[in-house]
Amino acid sequence: MTNAMGLILSGWKKPELKELSYIRSVSAIPVGGKYRAIDFILSNMVNSGIKNVGVLTQYSFRSLMDHLGSGKEWDLDRRYDGLFVFPPSLSEDESGWYRGSADAMYNNLSFLKRSNEDYVIISQGNGIFKMQFDEMLDYHMSVNADITMAYREMYDYSPDELSMLGIIKIDENNRIVDLQEKPLHPQSDLGSIGIYLIRRTLLISLLEECIAHGEYDLVKDILIKKLDKLGVYGYEFKGYWRNISSVQTYYKCSMDMLNPEIREELFFKNGKVYTKVKDEAPAKYNAEANVHNCIVADGCFIEGTVEDSVLFRGVTIAKGAVVKNSIVMQGAVIEEGATIEYAILDKNVIMTKGKYLKGESDYPFVVGKNSVV
Amino acid sequence: MHHNICKRRQGGCLAPLRRGLPLKHSREGSTTFKKEIIALLLAGGQGSRLGVLTKKAAKPAVLFGGKYRIIDFSLSNCINSGIDTVGVLTQYQPLKLNNHIGIGKPWDMDRMNGGVTILSPFMKESSGEWYKGTANAISQNIDYIDKMAPEYVIVLSGDHIYKMDYSEMLASHIRNNAEATISVIDVPYSEASRYGIMNTDQNGRIFEFEEKPKNPKSTLASMGVYIFTWEVLRDYLLRDEQMESSDHDFGKDIIPTMLAESRSLWAYKFVGYWKDVGTIQAFWESNMDLVSRVPEFNLYDQQWKIYTPNPVKPPHYVAPSGSITTSIVAEGCMIYGQVRNSVIFPGVYVGKDAVIDNSIVMSNSHINDNCRLDHCIIGENVTVGNNVIVGQGDNVPNEHKPAIYNSGITVVGEGADIPEGAVIGKNVMIDIYARREDFCSCEIPSGSSIYYGGVCE
Repeated sequence: MTNAMGLILSGWKKPELKELSYIRSVSAIPVGGKYRAIDFILSNMVNSGIKNVGVLTQYSFRSLMDHLGSGKEWDLDRRYDGLFVFPPSLSEDESGWYRGSADAMYNNLSFLKRSNEDYVIISQGNGIFKMQFDEMLDYHMSVNADITMAYREMYDYSPDELSMLGIIKIDENNRIVDLQEKPLHPQSDLGSIGIYLIRRTLLISLLEECIAHGEYDLVKDILIKKLDKLGVYGYEFKGYWRNISSVQTYYKCSMDMLNPEIREELFFKNGKVYTKVKDEAPAKYNAEANVHNCIVADGCFIEGTVEDSVLFRGVTIAKGAVVKNSIVMQGAVIEEGATIEYAILDKNVIMTKGKYLKGESDYPFVVGKNSVV
Repeated sequence: MHHNICKRRQGGCLAPLRRGLPLKHSREGSTTFKKEIIALLLAGGQGSRLGVLTKKAAKPAVLFGGKYRIIDFSLSNCINSGIDTVGVLTQYQPLKLNNHIGIGKPWDMDRMNGGVTILSPFMKESSGEWYKGTANAISQNIDYIDKMAPEYVIVLSGDHIYKMDYSEMLASHIRNNAEATISVIDVPYSEASRYGIMNTDQNGRIFEFEEKPKNPKSTLASMGVYIFTWEVLRDYLLRDEQMESSDHDFGKDIIPTMLAESRSLWAYKFVGYWKDVGTIQAFWESNMDLVSRVPEFNLYDQQWKIYTPNPVKPPHYVAPSGSITTSIVAEGCMIYGQVRNSVIFPGVYVGKDAVIDNSIVMSNSHINDNCRLDHCIIGENVTVGNNVIVGQGDNVPNEHKPAIYNSGITVVGEGADIPEGAVIGKNVMIDIYARREDFCSCEIPSGSSIYYGGVCE
C-alpha cells in the first residue's frame, strides 16, 4: 500500500491519565510489558506497506522523540520518506503552537504538499489494536468516499466509556449521518476508532479552509461540519480496539493482554509489533518464584509471587514480595515482603521492604515515575 | 600526498595520537584514521563434539543462554573493550553466522570506518583454498588487515563464554613491550594436561609452551586469545606460509617458532568465568550455570552487556496453569506447563501439564501437552507431540557416537518432529529434521539414534 502516507496525532493533554501522562505524551505511555502506545499504530502502518509517516507531537514529547529515534525499529529510516517527527515550533508570527489537530496538520502543510502519495491515513497515537489498512483503502475507493472513518461496534464498552468516544450514526449505505464527539448520552454503540482516510489534496484544501475560518479541530471543525457536504463513510473494524485515555482504560487494556486470544490478535496476527529494542537478558526466576497469569518482559528478576500482572523490562520482585493485578513498569523494584494490589507502578519506582499498597479494580493506584514508597 | 599528511598533523587537524605512536598511512596512502587494534575472530570451527547441534551451524553460531549465540560473547567483549573493527573468519556452515552478524548493528559495529567484516575463504587468481589452520586463515586475509593498518591485532576464537576487557590486556602488552601476549587462566592441576600450558618466569614472560603436556609444569592454560604486534605477526605469517611441514596453527607453529627465536612473549592472567563449551556436557553445564541463584557468569551486568539481535516478540506469558522456577525464560514464550531448572529461548510454547526439568529448549520449539522432559537439549523449531517422555532410563552411552553422547543428556536436532506418546531414553540423538515416520517405534531406548530418512529395521 505505497499509495498512502500516514499522519499520527500523538495526542493532547489527558488529565484523566494522571501521573502517567504528566511526564510524557499519551502516545508514549508504556504498555504491554515492552511497548509504547504509538508502537501499535506505527506497526499497523508499516505492516500495511506505508513508508512515509509523520508524527505530530505537542505535549511532553521528549520521551516520544527518544523512543522513535530515526525510526529504524519500524524500518522507517529510509533514504527517501520514512519517519518524520513534527514538534511545534515558535515562528516569527508567534504561530506554531498547535491549537488543535487541524492546526497541527496545517502547520506542517509543507510535509503534506511535498509527499507524493494520493491518500493520507490520519490516526491517533494511543489506540491499541491491530489493523491492516489495505482493505479500508479498497473500501474507500469502492464507495467513492471523500473521507472514510473507521468505526467499531463497541459492544464491550460501558456507557461511561462510550461517552469518551466519538459516536456515529450510519445510514444503510454506511454513510455517516451523525457524529457526536464525547456525547453525554451516546445514541448508539458505534464508536469512531480515530482512523481517517482521505485524499491528500482534499485534506490540504480542507485544512486551508478550516484555518481561514479561524477553526482548528479536525473532528469538530471539519468532519462534523462537513458531514452534509462531503461523502463521509464508515468502515467497520471488527477486531480488538482500546484507546488509552484514562487510568481505567489503561488498566483495562493492560489486563486484556493477559487474555490469550487478544494477545494472539495483537502480537501474532497480521504482522509483528515493533518497538525500540533494549538489550536485556532473558527473565530470571529463582526457586521461590510463584508466577501465574502474567506477562513478563526480558531482564526481570523474580523471587516473589506475581499473579494477574504485567511486568515490564528489568523489574525486580524480591523474596516474599507479592504483586497482584498490577502493572509494574521498567526498572521498578518490589523489595522483600512488600505487597501491591491493583496498582500501576511507573518506571523505576521502588517499593521498600514490607510496604503495602492497594487500589481497586476500577480505581487502580498510580505511583509516579522514580517514586520511593 | 605524504607531505600533505605531515602538514595536517602539524596543524593539529587529526585526532591526538594515542600512546605516542607515529601515525602511519595505510598502504594505499589513504588518510583514513588508523586503528590502534583490530580483532580477528576465528569462527570457522565445526565443533564436532557438539554433535547434532553443529550439523547446520558452526560452533560459534550455536544458541546459548536463552537468547544468544556463542559468538555474541566475544563480539560483545570487543565492543565493550572499545574495539570497533572485527574481521570474522568463517568457513564451516556460515549461513546462520552470516545472518546473525549481518552488518553488525546489534553490537554497534555498523560503522563508516571499520565495523564488522565477514571474511570467508575466496578464490585467488591462480588458486583458491579453504583455511588450512588458524594462522593460515589470518594469512589469507593479510590484505584486509593491511588495509586497516593496525598497530596490534587481537586473535580470538568465537567459541568461548567469558567477559574480558581486551583493552587491559592491550595495556599489559604495551607495558611489557611484548610482541605477543597470550591470555591465560589458572586451571586445576588435574585438568592442566587438557590444555596448552604456558610456562613463565616470575614476571610473566613466557619461556616455554607445551601443548597438552603429560606432566604440566604450570597450570596457566592458554585461552586462545592472542595480541600480536601486527608487524611482527605479519612477518611470522609470511614465513610460516613458506613452510611445507607447518600446520599453519597459532598454537602448534607460530607461538613455538616465536619462542624458539626468543621473541618477547608474555602471559596475561585472566581471572573470572571462562568456559569452552566444546562438549554436550560442558554446553549443558554452562547453560545451567546461568540459572543458579547467584550465577558465576552474570548476564545482567549493565556495565558489560551482551548484545545479540533482538527477536521481535512480545514479552513471555505465563498462563494461570503455568509455573516457572529456577530458570531463565526469553521473550515470546507461552508457558502453560511447568518449567524448572531450565533455559528457555524465545518463542517456545510449553503446553498444559508439561513438565520441563534441567533442560535447554531453543527458539520457537513447541512442547505439547503433558510432556515430561528431563536432561535434554531441544534444538530450534522442534515439535514434541503430546505425552512424550524424554530422558528416562539408564545412562547408556550412544550406540553410534559414544564419545559425544555419554553424559545422560538427550539431544534433539533442530526442526525434528517427535511423535505423540514417544518414550525416549538418555543419550539419545535425534537428527535434525527427523520426521515422525523416522521413528520406528514409540520406545526409543537410552543410547539409540534416530536419523532423518532412517530406515527401520
